[in-house]
Amino acid sequence: MSSLSQRPDNPVVGVELPHEAASLHVTGAALYTDDLVDRTPGALHAWPVQSTQAHARITRLDVEPARSAPGVVRVLTAEDVPGVNDAGVKHDEPLFPSEVMFFGHAICWVLAETLEAARQAAALVEVDYEPLPALIDVKEAIDAESFQGGRPKMERGDVDAGIERAGHVFSGEFQFSGQEHFYLETHAALALVDENGQIFVQSSTQHPSETQEIVAHVLGLASHEVTVQCLRMGGGFGGKEMQPHGFAAIAALGSTLTGRPVRLRLNRTLDMTMSGKRHGFHAEWRVGFDDEGRLQALDATLTADGGWSLDLSEPVLARALCHIDNAYWIPDVRVNGRIAQTHKTSQTAFRGFGGPQGMLVIEDILGRCAPMLGIDAETLRRRNFYAEGQPTPYGQPVQQADRLRRTWDQVKETGEWTARVAEIEAFNAEHDDVKRGLAITPVKFGISFNLTAFNQAGALVHVYKDGSVLINHGGTEMGQGLHTKMLQVAATSLGVPLQTVRLAPTRTDKVPNTSATAASSGADLNGGAVKNACEQIRERLAQVAAQELGVSAADMRFDDGRVFAIGQEDKAVEWAEIVRRAYFQRVQLWAAGFYRTEGLHWDSTVMQGSPFKYFAYGCAATEVEVDGFTGAYRTRRVDIVHDVGDSLSPLVDIGQVEGGFVQGAGWLTLEDLRWDESDRPTRGRLLTQAASTYKLPSFSEMPEVFNVALLEHAHEEGAVYGSKAVGEPPLMLAFSVREALRQACAAFGPAGTSVDLASPATPEAVFWALSEAREGGHQAHLQLDDGAVSDVPEQRPAGATGAQPESEAVLESSGTPAQV
Amino acid sequence: MNPVTATQQERMMDSMQATVNGQDADLSGVTSHTNALDWLRGQGLTGCKEGCAEGECGTCAVMVARPDGDGGTLWTSINACLIPAATLDGQEVVTSEGLDRDGQLHPVQVEMAQRGGSQCGYCTPGFVCSMAAEFYRPGRAESEDHGTGDHEHGPNGFDLHALSGNLCRCTGYRPIRDAAYALGSPADDDALAARAGSPAPAPVATRLAGPDGEFVRPTSLSECLDVLAEREDALLVAGSTDWGVDANLKATRVPLLVAVDRLEELRRVEETDEAWTLGAALTLSEIERALGGRIPLLAQMFPQFASRLIRNGATIGGNLGTGSPIGDTPPALLALDAALVLASREGEREVPLAEYFTGYRTHVRRKDELIKEIRIPKPLAGTTAFHKIAKRRFDDISSVAVGFALDIDGGVVRRARIGLGGVAATPLRARDTERALEGRPWTRETVVNAAKVMAAEGTPMDDHRASSRYRAAMLGTALRKLYADAPSREEESA
Repeated sequence: MSSLSQRPDNPVVGVELPHEAASLHVTGAALYTDDLVDRTPGALHAWPVQSTQAHARITRLDVEPARSAPGVVRVLTAEDVPGVNDAGVKHDEPLFPSEVMFFGHAICWVLAETLEAARQAAALVEVDYEPLPALIDVKEAIDAESFQGGRPKMERGDVDAGIERAGHVFSGEFQFSGQEHFYLETHAALALVDENGQIFVQSSTQHPSETQEIVAHVLGLASHEVTVQCLRMGGGFGGKEMQPHGFAAIAALGSTLTGRPVRLRLNRTLDMTMSGKRHGFHAEWRVGFDDEGRLQALDATLTADGGWSLDLSEPVLARALCHIDNAYWIPDVRVNGRIAQTHKTSQTAFRGFGGPQGMLVIEDILGRCAPMLGIDAETLRRRNFYAEGQPTPYGQPVQQADRLRRTWDQVKETGEWTARVAEIEAFNAEHDDVKRGLAITPVKFGISFNLTAFNQAGALVHVYKDGSVLINHGGTEMGQGLHTKMLQVAATSLGVPLQTVRLAPTRTDKVPNTSATAASSGADLNGGAVKNACEQIRERLAQVAAQELGVSAADMRFDDGRVFAIGQEDKAVEWAEIVRRAYFQRVQLWAAGFYRTEGLHWDSTVMQGSPFKYFAYGCAATEVEVDGFTGAYRTRRVDIVHDVGDSLSPLVDIGQVEGGFVQGAGWLTLEDLRWDESDRPTRGRLLTQAASTYKLPSFSEMPEVFNVALLEHAHEEGAVYGSKAVGEPPLMLAFSVREALRQACAAFGPAGTSVDLASPATPEAVFWALSEAREGGHQAHLQLDDGAVSDVPEQRPAGATGAQPESEAVLESSGTPAQV
Repeated sequence: MNPVTATQQERMMDSMQATVNGQDADLSGVTSHTNALDWLRGQGLTGCKEGCAEGECGTCAVMVARPDGDGGTLWTSINACLIPAATLDGQEVVTSEGLDRDGQLHPVQVEMAQRGGSQCGYCTPGFVCSMAAEFYRPGRAESEDHGTGDHEHGPNGFDLHALSGNLCRCTGYRPIRDAAYALGSPADDDALAARAGSPAPAPVATRLAGPDGEFVRPTSLSECLDVLAEREDALLVAGSTDWGVDANLKATRVPLLVAVDRLEELRRVEETDEAWTLGAALTLSEIERALGGRIPLLAQMFPQFASRLIRNGATIGGNLGTGSPIGDTPPALLALDAALVLASREGEREVPLAEYFTGYRTHVRRKDELIKEIRIPKPLAGTTAFHKIAKRRFDDISSVAVGFALDIDGGVVRRARIGLGGVAATPLRARDTERALEGRPWTRETVVNAAKVMAAEGTPMDDHRASSRYRAAMLGTALRKLYADAPSREEESA
């Protein structure tokens, strides 16, 4: 057991605790960035002028009518920027654009005494455009060869030889939608100027250090002249990793120019039309299996729909490539990646960060091919699991691969798999118009930032003379319970009761150069740093105590606020007393902690290395019921076993598993981003830009029976107190919902029907899938085509835009006909 | 005549106030377009928050004291973002900040906090208010399993639909459900439970004018009709669940808002041998409670209509008054052969609902008229159903909605009324389908043939909710679904 992972006696980590701010949440006393406005006298309010074109050059911008409107104090334009007119780190995101790149792009910002005045005045700004061609759908961008950023290739072995070796080869195409974050708290920033030009920005940001850097470069200041604070976020999910910077910069710019506090808060429409989302992807693939269904080769091209600017698209794409294998050993692999530039919002980080997109491709392949291989999907998936130590396509050995089988078998056992398969078969035999489906899918997700440099963190821990402890760390709280875990880590490390420790808001002037709270790494990194700081203090206190008791410092124990030498608990001294004595001995009672994840290396030029500290594992089995008349469905039951290592905080971790699962299910089944792809003047406009049109899961989508267990005996050597990251991996457990829907649709057809399912699998998409199954699904095509490339299936809706099934799995070439 | 004189305005605006969490709160300074959410936040109450500004997410939910129809008060959860602050004049509001007493969390807050019901915490105060309203619902705790035993009702009688208008992006809902189902009954000394025993605050004659527009709450129907006769620019609001969306998201500003939701003349429920009469200013929730399932088609429709938060504000008259082709009451009421009573200073007239809609969001109601009540003739048809096709089961807008009311006697369809929503510019009757059913035996063959007719009804369009092809397909399957749900019973009765 490593010193990082080992727990002392009576640890506070592992105790089931509610969220540290739960009492503030339920009373409404918890403050979010925009709650500070009414406590900030004289604040101005900002409202943007948004582009009404998807792509155009601005030929005239007249802000005078707004400037002279009642209540308006200032209109911010490009001329006002003293530093760099850019909101991103790639310098491809002008803060005030001369060429608008998407419908809704902010052109300039009005500052006024009231929000109403700013909003009314913004409508008065006159903009003339010279329209330019706009690419909306990712396939339009592919056809136009409109790409941005790098074109990574991940390759192992000889994919052509692998395809040749395989007895069963299929190819297909799959286009699937992105996802709106829909954090309940929209983007918000409140900026003010302290004395001497020092800028203080309160921002709803997952990445305060980067917000600080962008604000500084827009204002032409050094980083030490800007402080960013994040009290907490009302949800982030990746949407506040990169996107808050520009909004914070606008508020800061306004504040420096007017000398007054500036509040910028997007309402839901602004947020949805201006901020980036999860990347939709287009995938083309060719896959080979042997006679037993073992994967032999995968040749794929993934195209991420990046939107107008590069943003985080490159690392998102890298993670997609690194997760196309999910849990499966594929001997020969070649995956090409590229990023389409389209005239939409700049797509960005979203829980899973490309991992879900890569994994969706392989899970879709397995779900579609299983019937054509004549193997049930459960068997096909398990048969292809990694064995211990087999390398991923990027060269990292898969450790703890047994956890795939352990979680899988446990889900099947506790979920009564065998009995329910039989029950469902009987149910389906009795019902013509309603069918049930049951599917189980695995998750293997790499933990660490792909970019090695980001895997570092800092903390600042103060012990005051009275023994009370205040901790600061570089991570941000967005509901994931990071602060709760950090309090538990500090209490464990110092051997004090939880109530002895308080946590102060995340600020860049406390802990500098932080990484984003992202990549599920918040607890691993900041936990390591907090623990490091606490251990420095504890070592010093141990010296003080040891001297007094006449024992070796190595024999001192800190437990529940008492300090004693091994075997001498009766002579224990109170923690506060040791602290007091240490102070009078002039011992430093505070420490800066630091942590870097050891053992990582990554060469992004060849997509090879060991970028991940470890993998998180989990399995989910989901049962659905589908109405054949409408395609409407219910999630009847979900069973999950997930690997969080030795949990730091079980209630928090179960919350992450459940919440991630439902959010993933939303992406895959319900949440339907639609953009105007017509040639009307509103081309490029987001059609689903409100809660009324973009539906996220509500209570009606919650699984009726929802059993979540954390994997036992799951100690992780390489992470703080033996735990594992939990933020992102559970999202991908939701593939089981999609695969269960596929199973249920297939049940409307003859045995062995292969089903294509659009993503999201909305009731309409499910209806078309089951209608196609009723007509024989792909079996018909196989029989018709006798092994040749088939026609595109005919059952296609004439939808307005996007998200229709574009996929087609066909038997391409085969030594022996498929056993269907 | 302008309904508000300058002197009146001063007096009225000075005296406008509400009771918030038991304290007097000054409403002066609000404009006719200030919504209750912004006003509450301006009072320093940060618990209610803006999540969507259109009544979809429930982050702004608060409780208001409303009449329970029986002389007492019903704590009613509503979306603060959708109502003008001026409607709170003289009313009582409780926010999440007003639930804990003497530093002790409210039982709802305790369960939510301890069970992991909050993660980011942003939606939590809204959930707490919706949950508290259900906690206080009379009769809730007495009904052991609520008689239904489904997974949407707790062992404590908690109806999960009470939370259908609240969205959480973090938890996946399970811990919130567990919190709801763990609630006991209000304690004997619970102040809000005690408050429910006395009458709700009476409506107050509110008149507010400012540069942004006017707000008027008339005290009687005749006063209201006078205003309508004199002011063509008046917009009637009741639950203002439509106005709120326009005002918040489209920044629509209306010269004059006239609140009709508390006019007693518009709030009666009456049953005679010939008909049911439902007052137009009754909320969907109030009608649901008053009917108690006695109009089965409406009983099927209510839980599918938006969310509890919306149904607590939205009125049946408002749902017809907007003239939307995708409202949920019109297909049901068309199937029930409902008629509207329109009132003006000139008198009253009755218009069959089937003749009410004239085009996209247009209708035969004149500017000086309001919908006073809805009449549903008796006897009610024996076989009824309400089918709603949407992406999401709770709180969504129909892609297609179908109301069925069939009289099947002796195995033969004697009379068929089918109302459709979402398949044309107006709600409409599926008259060809009705003809294809009437006089024919209620058999699979009849249904299959009539279903083909029904698939061609209306002129469905493509939009972000559904493709035209799917809408047509849903028309084509609806009758078959109806038959599958209740085939034998009808044939047995033959």
